[in-house]
Amino acid sequence: MVDIELRVNGQAERASVPAGMTLLEFLRDRLALTGAKEGCGIGECGACTVLLDGRPVTACLVLAVEADGLDVRTIEGEATDGELSALQRAFVDAGAVQCGFCTPGMIMSARALLLRSPHPTDEEIVEAIAGNLCRCTGYEAILAAIRAASEEGGKL
Amino acid sequence: MTRALVYVGKSVPRDDAVEKVTGSARYTHDLAFPGMLHAALVTSPHASARIVRVDVADAAALPGVRAVLAGANLDVRLGLYMRDKRILARDVVRYQGEPVVAVAADTLDIARDACRRVRVEYEPTAAVFDPRDAMKSGAPLVHPDLGSYAHLEGVFFPRPNTNIAHHQKIRKGDFDAAIASAEVLLEARFDNPPVQHVPMETHASIAQALPDGRVEIWTSSQSPYTVRHLMSVAFGLPHAAIRVHVPYVGGGFGGKAGLNLEPLVYVLSKAAGGRPVKFVATREQEFNTLPSRQGLHSTIKIGATRAGKIVALKATYVWDAGAYADYGVNVGRAAAYSGAGPYAVPNCWIDSFVVYTNKVYGTAYRGFGHLEVLWGIERAIDQTARKLGLDPAEFRRRNLLTLGDATITGETFTAGHGKPVECLDAVAKAIDWGTPSSSPASSTKRRGKGIAMLHKAPAMPTSTSCSAIIKLDEDGAADILVSGVDYGQGTYTVLRQIAAEELRVPIDAVHINSDCDTAFTPYDWQTVASRFSYMGGHAVIEAAADCLRQIRAVAAQIFGVAPEKIVCENASAYPDGEPKRAIPYRLLALGYVYPNGNAIGGPVIGHGRFIAHGLTHLDPDTGQGRPAQFWTYGAHGVELEVDAETGEIEILRIATAVDAGKVLNAGLARGQVIGGVVQGIGSALWEGFRFDKEGRLKNPSFVDYKIPTAKDLPREMVPILLENPQPDGPYGARGVAEHPMISVPSAIGNALYDALGIEFTSLPLSPEHVLARLAEKGVKP
Repeated sequence: MVDIELRVNGQAERASVPAGMTLLEFLRDRLALTGAKEGCGIGECGACTVLLDGRPVTACLVLAVEADGLDVRTIEGEATDGELSALQRAFVDAGAVQCGFCTPGMIMSARALLLRSPHPTDEEIVEAIAGNLCRCTGYEAILAAIRAASEEGGKL
Repeated sequence: MTRALVYVGKSVPRDDAVEKVTGSARYTHDLAFPGMLHAALVTSPHASARIVRVDVADAAALPGVRAVLAGANLDVRLGLYMRDKRILARDVVRYQGEPVVAVAADTLDIARDACRRVRVEYEPTAAVFDPRDAMKSGAPLVHPDLGSYAHLEGVFFPRPNTNIAHHQKIRKGDFDAAIASAEVLLEARFDNPPVQHVPMETHASIAQALPDGRVEIWTSSQSPYTVRHLMSVAFGLPHAAIRVHVPYVGGGFGGKAGLNLEPLVYVLSKAAGGRPVKFVATREQEFNTLPSRQGLHSTIKIGATRAGKIVALKATYVWDAGAYADYGVNVGRAAAYSGAGPYAVPNCWIDSFVVYTNKVYGTAYRGFGHLEVLWGIERAIDQTARKLGLDPAEFRRRNLLTLGDATITGETFTAGHGKPVECLDAVAKAIDWGTPSSSPASSTKRRGKGIAMLHKAPAMPTSTSCSAIIKLDEDGAADILVSGVDYGQGTYTVLRQIAAEELRVPIDAVHINSDCDTAFTPYDWQTVASRFSYMGGHAVIEAAADCLRQIRAVAAQIFGVAPEKIVCENASAYPDGEPKRAIPYRLLALGYVYPNGNAIGGPVIGHGRFIAHGLTHLDPDTGQGRPAQFWTYGAHGVELEVDAETGEIEILRIATAVDAGKVLNAGLARGQVIGGVVQGIGSALWEGFRFDKEGRLKNPSFVDYKIPTAKDLPREMVPILLENPQPDGPYGARGVAEHPMISVPSAIGNALYDALGIEFTSLPLSPEHVLARLAEKGVKP
């Protein structure tokens, strides 16, 4: 077991975890943050995307111990005080959600993009979610949602 | 009295979107219960083998292991249409990836560790991989006991001592005489590989066997009541002893219809002393253990007159069912009665064979066999048009079903079927059909245009039914209870719109619970075949009418007028012409209380139902009959660019027209079209199983099995929804959810011919495939 300390959605967390535990398992099984989904378990689908110090990572490929001392942000941290972020609101308004299983990861990839590039080009938007698979929507509405949110500078 | 529609037809946003964008929507993947165990599987490395010995001693001895089961422990056969499958392989394995041993343990790691300690001794046996070989006499039999299997009698016709699970015949007119008289003949062959649904949530189920014999199930399924029924049949339990919960489902596309992992987790829970057991398929298991779309080999012969009228069509469809054909038999049946395309074919002969092979098995997949048969038919129609020297759109126009024509099963085409020709004209216009493409930017690239038609009806039993309950709340709001599953389509939002319209209440005052629960939500057969808005819509309309009847009865007593003189409007009831006297629903929802305390009425709870009507089994020898509750027609038009140097295809624009009858929610309908088109592009350009010569699946991962990403979108997608009403549809609507993906590969194949002058007959049209054909034809970039 390894002791780790990290911040998750602004909240300090301290835990003792097996060395082999993934960040995804830690978030879902220890912290009950089940918004990040496991779609493949080997980093190919993006459904488990979270931000590690602002960078998007597939949490199934990151060990919990690698997050020691870092800042983790998940979909559960996206809305504040019960208010959807502009990005979440844009997903709702654009009809960018169908089954919803890819949605948390998709939003976190978009969030990472808007953090580093508040007014991205269409190419940057496509590139940012190219690793997030969606089988329902055909992506068009997702791209439109991110574009709409970015027009507001991606503010929370 | 015709009132303007307030909600139906509007782009009301889906009601579950907030839960889904916040990560709070709970899927079966996310559920956990006290004492819950985790299950893992040992799967077969062989495509065909005898199980000589299974040694689970080391696995069972591992601390934390609570149950280990092998097929020898379980004498149960499962199935909806054809009971041919076991929970775990027994005596023999029939495909690589088939579950052989299952373990339930305290953690997933322990369960997987235990699986590695299981020793299974196999004796490989002769396998058959190509269904055309499997039909030959002397081929190894995948199911030597086929003759003894229970199946839906009178609908499916397995042939004992062969690999043929079902043979669907369509016989209309005199094919032999007509083909002999044809002035132009076309004969061609086409192939489709098996394809995976790829829901982002893999299959997941949890079951708990309770001490009193009942079972509780939570499952990622399209079919709560079918799961309950088939569990009842399999285990001899009363229906009421089985409670099935379906929380949010992360995509289905047909792959989560019928019964899947539920029996497995149930028997494990029983073996583990009644602790809940959860199994979540890995992505690899989703590819090579759970079912896929069947492969297909088509042979098509078309005879036409010089004037461009089809006189005869013959098709032989050989389906690669894989190791089990429970659902595959119905795909083979449905695709046969649609198997000549949406055309008037006076003389038709179709044989559709569903054939067992030693590969991962097939099931329903969005479009239910229609993408596959129309890949052949719509390419063959183009080829016939060229032989005639006719424009392919014009050739279609001369042959599309029109008023008074008979379909190949003898159904008369009426105005209520919609207008296929309008779909054709709409896509032709949208891609500037008839005008050559502009020149590509690079000299290695070629451009082309193609068109293809599509049609499909729900494939379902003749007595398919569903029901709905609407309860009014204390505040006058309405709760809808249904057991159809909204796994992303948006049907729940559509049902809310319909209820708001019918009850005359604001849309925000209509709620629908996203969890289906067979203990409380009323019967629905299963959510497949684009029939939920149609059938569920009817049931909700009837349930709302029942609520209004109860409201009017109470209001009539209060106002001292006849119930038919009561008007319901703005969530209130009043005597006709006296809106100022209106009493809000909230004062009627639980019963009305007079000022002196006397009460009348009672809680308003409405019930509605719908059952398919007028459908018949198809005649076993001729296929004649009425299989379809309604038909939906459509068309695609594609303009593409292909790079002769790389073999890559880029879709420049794709227009999709579907005759929806009535668009109930424009935004959601658009979402189905765009999503379907992109899924269809996956089937067209990249997707397909590849097997090695031992029958092992070579591409069970997203690295080797590419599905469309955000980088792969066409430059332009044009959804076109026509509204020629379905007379018996809710508000004139018919189903549209599967259709947008159906003929995408056909239209792309036709456009590819236009670009390169090469006939592509097999899918997918991957860069390697395109390059190989270019090299074969000696085409230089």
